[in-house]
Amino acid sequence: MLIPKNKLAKYIEELNLIEQTQGQSERRDRIAEIVAELKTINKCPHCAAKQKKVTIEKPTTYLEDERRISPIEIRTRLERVSDDDLPVFGINPRSMRPEWSILTVLPIPPVTMRPSITLETGERSEDDLTHKLGDIVRINQRLFENINAGAPEIIIEDLWDLLQYHVTTFFDNEVSQLPPARHRSGQPLKTISARIKSKEGRIRHNLAGKRTNFSARTVISPDPAIEINEVGVPKVMAMKLTVPERVTTWNMNYLKEFIKKGPKLYSGANYIIRPDGKRKRVTDETKEQLLEDIQPGYVVERHLLDGDIALFNRQPSLHRMSMMCHRVRVLPGLTLRLNPAVCEPYNADFDGDEMNLHIPQTEEARAEAEVLMEVQTQIVSPRYGLSIIGCNQDAISGNYILSKYLSFSKQEAIDLLASVGIMEFKKLPNKKVISGREVFSVLLPDDFSFTAEPKSNKPTDIENAVVIKSGVFEKGVLDKSQLGAGAGLLLRTLHKKYGPDVMGQILGCIYKMGIHVLLKYGFSAGISDIDLSPEAEDKIRLLLNEAENDVHKMIAGYEQKTLDLLPGRTLDETLELRILERLNQVRNETGRVVAENAMTTTGTMMMVRSGARGNLINVAQMAACVGQQAFRGGRISSGYKGRTLSCFKRGDLGPEARGFIRNSFKSGLRPHEMFFMAMTGRDSLMDTALRTPKSGYLYRRLANAMQDLKVEYDNSVRDASGKIVQFNYGEDNLDVSRTEAGRLNVKKIIEGLNE
Amino acid sequence: MADAYKDYENKLPKKILDEVRQYAAGASDAKLKKILTTVYQEYVKTAVDPGEAVGNVAAESIGEPGTQMTLDTFHFAGVSEMNVTMGLPRLIEVLDARKTISTELMEVFLLSPYNTGTDIKRIAEKIKETSFREYIDEIDIDVLEAAMTVRLNKHKMSLVDADSAKLIKILQKTFKNVDFKAVGDVTIVATSTAKDDQLKEIYRLKEKIKDVYINGAKGIKMVLPVKRGDEYMIVTAGSNLKRIMKIEGVDVSRTTTNNLYEIEELFGIEAARQAIMNEVNKVLDNQGIDIDIRHIMLAADTMTMSGNMLGISRYGIVKEKPSVLARASFETPLKHFFNAAVTGEEDTLNSVIENVMLNQPVPLGTGLPKLTMKLSGKKTKKAEA
Repeated sequence: MLIPKNKLAKYIEELNLIEQTQGQSERRDRIAEIVAELKTINKCPHCAAKQKKVTIEKPTTYLEDERRISPIEIRTRLERVSDDDLPVFGINPRSMRPEWSILTVLPIPPVTMRPSITLETGERSEDDLTHKLGDIVRINQRLFENINAGAPEIIIEDLWDLLQYHVTTFFDNEVSQLPPARHRSGQPLKTISARIKSKEGRIRHNLAGKRTNFSARTVISPDPAIEINEVGVPKVMAMKLTVPERVTTWNMNYLKEFIKKGPKLYSGANYIIRPDGKRKRVTDETKEQLLEDIQPGYVVERHLLDGDIALFNRQPSLHRMSMMCHRVRVLPGLTLRLNPAVCEPYNADFDGDEMNLHIPQTEEARAEAEVLMEVQTQIVSPRYGLSIIGCNQDAISGNYILSKYLSFSKQEAIDLLASVGIMEFKKLPNKKVISGREVFSVLLPDDFSFTAEPKSNKPTDIENAVVIKSGVFEKGVLDKSQLGAGAGLLLRTLHKKYGPDVMGQILGCIYKMGIHVLLKYGFSAGISDIDLSPEAEDKIRLLLNEAENDVHKMIAGYEQKTLDLLPGRTLDETLELRILERLNQVRNETGRVVAENAMTTTGTMMMVRSGARGNLINVAQMAACVGQQAFRGGRISSGYKGRTLSCFKRGDLGPEARGFIRNSFKSGLRPHEMFFMAMTGRDSLMDTALRTPKSGYLYRRLANAMQDLKVEYDNSVRDASGKIVQFNYGEDNLDVSRTEAGRLNVKKIIEGLNE
Repeated sequence: MADAYKDYENKLPKKILDEVRQYAAGASDAKLKKILTTVYQEYVKTAVDPGEAVGNVAAESIGEPGTQMTLDTFHFAGVSEMNVTMGLPRLIEVLDARKTISTELMEVFLLSPYNTGTDIKRIAEKIKETSFREYIDEIDIDVLEAAMTVRLNKHKMSLVDADSAKLIKILQKTFKNVDFKAVGDVTIVATSTAKDDQLKEIYRLKEKIKDVYINGAKGIKMVLPVKRGDEYMIVTAGSNLKRIMKIEGVDVSRTTTNNLYEIEELFGIEAARQAIMNEVNKVLDNQGIDIDIRHIMLAADTMTMSGNMLGISRYGIVKEKPSVLARASFETPLKHFFNAAVTGEEDTLNSVIENVMLNQPVPLGTGLPKLTMKLSGKKTKKAEA
């Protein structure tokens, strides 16, 4: 090698040091530098012979001073490289010799690695690798014959190259500058490197990805009647999925009942496993025999029962709440049922979503699932330390109505509570008329006190702030800020004080309460909900006219160049910004008119007020004015030459011509308005479609980079090789999912002591 | 009383102790003791468990809301400020630790009295990179004399305290074979000293002269004085922190850039870590997404723990992983296998993904403790008896 002896020793020493102190990857970087440094030497330090110029003609031809060197020659040269020189090139002589990179024999993988498939027609179809091997053998034979026959050199060289091509593509069919080997149909062959690489390759698909038995998947549907930590499993599924139970003297008779029922009747058993590991199917024929055989030590795989542990999962599994542990509840029907309160963590809806169910098979797995993954343990999100499970939709509007408007006779109150599942009515006051709040109080623990911060200083907001004293709901109105997911302050306090189990149970009751209130007292929304008085309609019309006039004035000012420029902006930009500002302002103004004039007791407004669904802007868009359609950060401007649509004049900068929708959804959109709306709609659709893969890739990279980090017993955060990332997790060691919005609430603890 | 706090100085984080001091002020000794023990108990209850997969939780917390972020929207920070890349593209940029970012931006805070708006235009003008083009009102070329007359913009010059002499000095430095002369206050006459083809030389000069750098911080392409809260400040497009910190009137302690590498170079890796956190937080606030600071902190710490800023990509953090299988399972598996074969690497199966591949418990959480039960012979005897 062209390395001076003294330098070699120095380099190797340096490299070993780098590997020890900084690791393999830095060593590799340094090697690349050293090789670059050494490239400049072209005279042998030992014999002073001059280095000839060697070039690669990709992919497999090597030239020395324009003359081709044969692989045999290269190999003999590589053989002569001494072991001492290798480390400088990053080769570890104990594991690799450079001449090994030139094959003298080709290893043939066994047929298990390349099985042939027999098609239905009886035709045999060989694996891609087998095809490739066939090519190699064929060409090799031809080369052999030609050499023996003493064919002209040109033919031999061509065949040699062809053999090289086949061997190359046998390993990697995507070598640049080589045409990939193809099937007769024209589709490229899948050779060894393609089997390993990419998402569908061996590594990511088969090694890092696992498949499992005892799992099921089907469409989901909501069922508020089951608890939040339950999952409704269809009977057919429950009869296919099984739980192994070991036979002991104490449960023998209990387990025999399952075998008696067999696999075809529910709560039967499908298999028994003998102590020697042999699996026996339970059938009507084998039943009798098995019942006789069974003794302690056998395992019975019985059907799912209510209360069994199951893992429930919805893809994409973006956070740990995407896979939670539920209790099985076997139900009629063919869908998996879940309580709608847990839609939020799964990000599920019921427009055809499917979910997976897994049944843990060992005691250890079941224990871990129950302790670490059950729904109530996951109520607080580790992302921001607030509850992610809470009431939604009907449950919020129902409780809103209950706490704001309703009162009952004692019978009705008991009826309502019973439908929620409460059978203890001691807490109900002995009065003729019982308010909704008093009914709600029954759900709360007796020693629970809670005072909500008013949303603002407005008298109505102060009046509506929730006050609970010693388990009695004294005043206030329940809405999303108290019950909803994300915020759910009332729920969060319950969680903190009574723990996840009690909170989960109370949440279930509150949820059902909301729904039963709506069930019993009715709730509907219609177009007339957003009817406005003629005066309000006039007001809106006036506001819109005024805004449009203002905009036209601005345009006039723009044309005469008298418009005041905004700092750092051109005239055009100033105009656009000012118009956008004015039009958004008028949308908000009309929204305010709607908020002031719409009937507060209609279904739509009640949903908005309670935070169950929709917001004031949605209502304003339905009742008053849809507003400006924003497209790529501005008003709509592209389209035809100088105009957005051919129904406008060229250069028209008015609101109407640039995507301002003056109509409301109720009054109906005009054709051009509908078109503009479709434009922004399509744009946001595209945005979503492009965003999903991007954010998915970011997530994959983050997860891959950080998956090994863990908290050690000394509270430091370290990676897999023990390198310290943080001395204390998050500087204060707090687990976000146990904090209140990332904080330990010292004030509350001290106040709690003072009481 | 101070003694009571002392006992907990090493047990409780400073922030929590400070809070106790604030809320328990005036409490009696006995009471304080009780408060501290309770707070400590609560603290232990809220602390992380050893083995907790905090890295994964952080990755989930940052990755999950990614789907909710907007893409490529140019956002207006305020009404009249400039467009800035925000949302998912910016988040990716920061976490990748990209060398070139799509919108470089600086926030230049000013010292009193400039932060009240006095002379703000002057400072802004000083900061901005200007080329000679902007000082030119008119260029005349005298074909016969082969001379070029440049009439300068007086207003523009006064903004940066420049005069024709100063400008000539700069021009003379860049063009060696051209002779510049000032005629009056606002006119410069240039004649070529080249031996032949003087006219051609002058015509070429006419174009070249426009791009000569005159003043300001290089890289600052746009300046925008804005009012934020009660004070005036300057937002710039383009970034050159090193230069701007030298400009008089700039509040060095608050002025910052969104270019992470500039911060790393100037203030070191700890500052870069903080800058990563700030930048991520900026994006999240802008999108209205709530992620606990600890997760962002952990991501920033992983990126900076080696002492250099490493992106979360196959060229950054993943490349540094000690395990071959872990690297191969991420991207470009073949490359990693070849390298590992050549260097004879070993895999000690310390991290998560290798153990998943081998169907073994993962060294996190409940997979961490390795307990074996000690079956003592005595107890069984007792049980029999």
